[in-house]
Amino acid sequence: MSGMRGLSVFISDIRNCQNKEAERLRVDKELGNIRTCFKNDKGLTPYKKKKYVWKMLYIHMLGYDVDFGHMEAVSLISAPKYPEKQVGYIVTSCLLNENHDFLRLAINAVRNDIIGRNETYQCLALTLVGNIGGREFAESLAPDVQKLLISSSCRPLVRKKAALCLLRLFRKNPDVVNADGWCVLNTLLFQFIDVPFIFSSSYAYRADRMAQLLDERDLGVLTSSMSLLVSLVSNDYEGYSSCLPKCVKILERLARNQDVPQEYTYYGIPSPWLQVKTMRALQYFPTIEDPSTRRSLFEVLQRILMGTDVVKNVNKNNASHAVLFEALSLVMHLNAEKEMMSQCVALLGKFISVREPNIRYLGLENMTRMLMITDAQDIIKKHQPQIITSLKDPDISIRRRALDLLYGMCDVSNAKGIVEELLQYLSTAEFSMREELSLKAAILAEKFAPDLSWYVDVILQLIDNAGDFVSDDIWFRVVQFVTNNEDLQPYAASKVREYMDKIAIHETMVKVSAYILGEYGHLLARRPGCSARELFGILHEKLPTVSSPTIPLLLSTYAKLLMHAQPPDIELQKQIWNVFKKYESSIDVEIQQRAVEYFELSKKGAALMDVLAEMPKFPERQSSLIKKVEDVEDTADQSAIKLRAQQLPSNALVLADPQPVNGTPPPLKVPSISGIKLDHESASQTQSQPNGDLSKVQSQIPSADLLGEMVDPLAIEAPPVDMGSHQRVYREEDGIPDEVDGTAIVPIGDQANKVEPIGNITERFNALCLKDSGVLYEDPYIQIGVKAEWRGHHGRLVLFLGNKVTSPLTSVQALILPPAHLKLELSLVPDTIPPRAQVQCPLEVMNIRPSRDVAVLDFSYKFGTSMVVSAKLRLPAVLNKFLQPLQLTSEEFFPQWRSLSGPPLKLQEVVRGVRPLSLSEMENLFNSFRVTICPGLDPNPNNLVASTTFYSENTRPMLCLARIETDPADRTQLRLTVASGDSTLTFELKEFIKEQLIAIPMGSRALVPAVPVPAAPLAQPPSPAVDANDPGAMLAGLL
Amino acid sequence: QIHFVLLVSRQGKVRLTKWYSPYTQKERSKVIRELSGVILNRGPKLCNFVEWRGYKVVYKRYASLYFCMCIDAEDNELEVLEIIHHYVEILDRYFGSVCELDLIFNFHKAYYILDELLIAGEIQESSKKTVARIISAQDQMVEAAKEEAGSISYIIAQAS
Repeated sequence: MSGMRGLSVFISDIRNCQNKEAERLRVDKELGNIRTCFKNDKGLTPYKKKKYVWKMLYIHMLGYDVDFGHMEAVSLISAPKYPEKQVGYIVTSCLLNENHDFLRLAINAVRNDIIGRNETYQCLALTLVGNIGGREFAESLAPDVQKLLISSSCRPLVRKKAALCLLRLFRKNPDVVNADGWCVLNTLLFQFIDVPFIFSSSYAYRADRMAQLLDERDLGVLTSSMSLLVSLVSNDYEGYSSCLPKCVKILERLARNQDVPQEYTYYGIPSPWLQVKTMRALQYFPTIEDPSTRRSLFEVLQRILMGTDVVKNVNKNNASHAVLFEALSLVMHLNAEKEMMSQCVALLGKFISVREPNIRYLGLENMTRMLMITDAQDIIKKHQPQIITSLKDPDISIRRRALDLLYGMCDVSNAKGIVEELLQYLSTAEFSMREELSLKAAILAEKFAPDLSWYVDVILQLIDNAGDFVSDDIWFRVVQFVTNNEDLQPYAASKVREYMDKIAIHETMVKVSAYILGEYGHLLARRPGCSARELFGILHEKLPTVSSPTIPLLLSTYAKLLMHAQPPDIELQKQIWNVFKKYESSIDVEIQQRAVEYFELSKKGAALMDVLAEMPKFPERQSSLIKKVEDVEDTADQSAIKLRAQQLPSNALVLADPQPVNGTPPPLKVPSISGIKLDHESASQTQSQPNGDLSKVQSQIPSADLLGEMVDPLAIEAPPVDMGSHQRVYREEDGIPDEVDGTAIVPIGDQANKVEPIGNITERFNALCLKDSGVLYEDPYIQIGVKAEWRGHHGRLVLFLGNKVTSPLTSVQALILPPAHLKLELSLVPDTIPPRAQVQCPLEVMNIRPSRDVAVLDFSYKFGTSMVVSAKLRLPAVLNKFLQPLQLTSEEFFPQWRSLSGPPLKLQEVVRGVRPLSLSEMENLFNSFRVTICPGLDPNPNNLVASTTFYSENTRPMLCLARIETDPADRTQLRLTVASGDSTLTFELKEFIKEQLIAIPMGSRALVPAVPVPAAPLAQPPSPAVDANDPGAMLAGLL
Repeated sequence: QIHFVLLVSRQGKVRLTKWYSPYTQKERSKVIRELSGVILNRGPKLCNFVEWRGYKVVYKRYASLYFCMCIDAEDNELEVLEIIHHYVEILDRYFGSVCELDLIFNFHKAYYILDELLIAGEIQESSKKTVARIISAQDQMVEAAKEEAGSISYIIAQAS
């Protein structure tokens, strides 16, 4: 410690403290001392100031609050001498974060150092801005920083810092360059400007600049510049294509020619970091078109894939594998030819069984990513035994990866094996994983059950093994299946009857058994040990062991057993009445009410039959379990779960009896009915039934799952609610459209067509939701393209039906299944599409009111004489298409925001299980669905504020506002507030945004399609709606 | 992108923290508490990655010290693991076989060196030689200033 004895002494003192208390005392004493010294700072020498500031940093590092002295630290930045300045810079950048007001005071001093001639000072200033610079720094310093980066007179020392500093400023404000003066100042400075409409010519220019930076020979500058490029293209790759061949050149230079100075090799590997970054940058470009560039790149990649050997030295191994894994992702991204892909899978297969845990972990992780690639799945399946072994790995990080991978790779062919492994593992797994495990096992059992009895077996086993970790949803779901499938009922009843013989059973088992035996126990009546009286006896034995919420359930079961006892059993009646009487005075209202009511009802004889009639079938719906699993922390991000949930239709549909309750097939109703809405509707329908207990039903908390109502006795008594109008033929997870795949509609058993679609239908649909033209569907014979135009609440979609083959497609039929909120008119579709011809079918769309429901195109055609191909395709006429981007200023935004004060016009929700996105990625996402981010409105840089206008026939053009508060310490959650002048719109828009945040679009790197959105209303392209050009007029109209 | 760097001893004592993403003091303490709990409890011979709140933490133990860096879930884990080692090698070269005590009493040096290695949570320089050169130039400047301050002419200038 160069001459700072006071600091060393203080550190020693702290080290000698016997306990936390003594340490606190010593720290308090020191803080007091420093405070006094700072107060009368007349006599404070720079040396002393420096010493105290270091002590403050040390104390801060120990975790104590240092809430004063920031000023002193900041003031050292403008000290004349290097030693003080250096300390000022470093302590400021450690103590403060970008949101501190004090930092503002430093902007000028920092700027002086950046534009000054002293390169040492430049370095200090650039480091500070690069590490904690915020929005304001971006606005005032970006031009200066950029000058340094491209200046030929600056040494590499300064330029590499300038590159990373600019990267930070770009992250903080991608259109920093839009600020006044930037464009006027110097045309050179356009190079990073993001104003696609006005300055689209500057694209080429800035890209050239960026490309020039990639010619840099100094590897320090090149590495930093590459990081900058990664950041730029991750935001929007467009305009940087000239960088593409340069990146490939750099890779060739490093990986093939090994042409780097000795000091830039790391354990013999030419700068592994630069290699990784270069390959990362390439992954943000959708593809590489130039054949020779592509060829060179594949050569290098091939070399990396084949030439990476396992060596003894750990660091060398890590570095070379860092490069290898990046190469693997790049190969996957580029969709290399089959041969190379199988090479990759083979490598991964090797990795998952090596001894080195890091490689095992990464092997599993990358295999999960690989599941997205068609064809890879079958090869991955070959490694199933090894993956199952990894489930027992001593390392929880690895076990989680293995679980995720198993979950992702599960399908009908291997479900039995995988689920049984999960069940077995459940009993030894640590507590922190059990709930997730049981949930996943339940979902897989449901989705891929070869037969329903197996599904019932699995769930019962699950409850038996790990009852504490089996949430209510899981047993609700099994009840739902049993109710909806008559064949299953006797089996389920006999199965739970077997479990009842066990000495100790979990309370959840009591619940599910009581429910099933109450409903279907009578089906076993002839079997030994299964008479009503015996069933009652064995259930009633359990009653003393259960908690009070289970007792009402048992009472319902007793009532049902009594009703089903044939011939009437007087002895049983006596016993059950005794139980009812006993609970008539229970202090638990629920128990008391049931006891009283059942007792009275059962005296009425015949009436009991009606009231306790078998439960009606449940409407078919998306498993609430799948929804739930998405909320599971830690794995929620890029887990395979969601990917699979999108890719695969749930088989549950096939398993569940799709017949409607009332015999007549209901009209196909596509809309997603969210839990809340459904409950309202069913509640109101119940109201119309004279016997329903109104207050009871209404007082229920709307649950996402109808099964929630089972617990309520009065819901059981209520006559079957007509679910016909809610019957959905296919499932949709409360409106999350990603869950529905076009293929989900065709039951698996229905092998009407063997024609496989090309590409992922869900993925295509998702892409079309964010853009206006593209391919909706493709198979070997036909391609259906879509082009759309939207104008207020009207839209015009043109379907392009293209026959790809040399024979005609006949019996072409296209039927639109519209949701209630859309008016759709499809023009005539010709019966035949001639060979190699394309037919256009316009479709007029009118939006009546806000809803997230989706229109479906039921499409079929005949190829040859016998092959009928049909598909049900969701049409991209979705909520966000009726939005018009609108950017507000704070004067426009805040009065509106305040006037919409609370529910139902303003709704707030904490959203969990959000896919982790950086703030700029999130901004892009919002802009891409036309909810425009208004930068700088929210004082907290972790928050986003956005606005848009919604058009429908029923609502006027409606202003919508949104605020997203992110948590930098936990990216998987955020708080979302949405406001508009219409409560339905607020709700629907909130749900829509939520879906966008939670869903994971397919594709590797470029997660967020970068759709250029006008940064300012001025830059907006000529808009069809006149008023959309003038936000002021629009706001006035809205007011 | 690296969101923060954390050096913590086996006893849970913090030896260095550097935050590249904005965290308040409260959040910083919470993160340190939570993460040291997770990492210090991990046994030997496990992998160097921990999944945590939608992020990944890459860590490595050197003697009694744990070096941790928090990155995005889709970042390249091994690359970051070797940034840690790179940093340790530079420290080692600077202090001459570095130990925890060096870092305790010269924590400011550890910060200076880190600033030459990372900016904005991205690697800035991958040549150990270059970093060593820059750091020693800085040391010389500090020494030079000290000598100047001690010189008679300076004292006279101050007095007048």
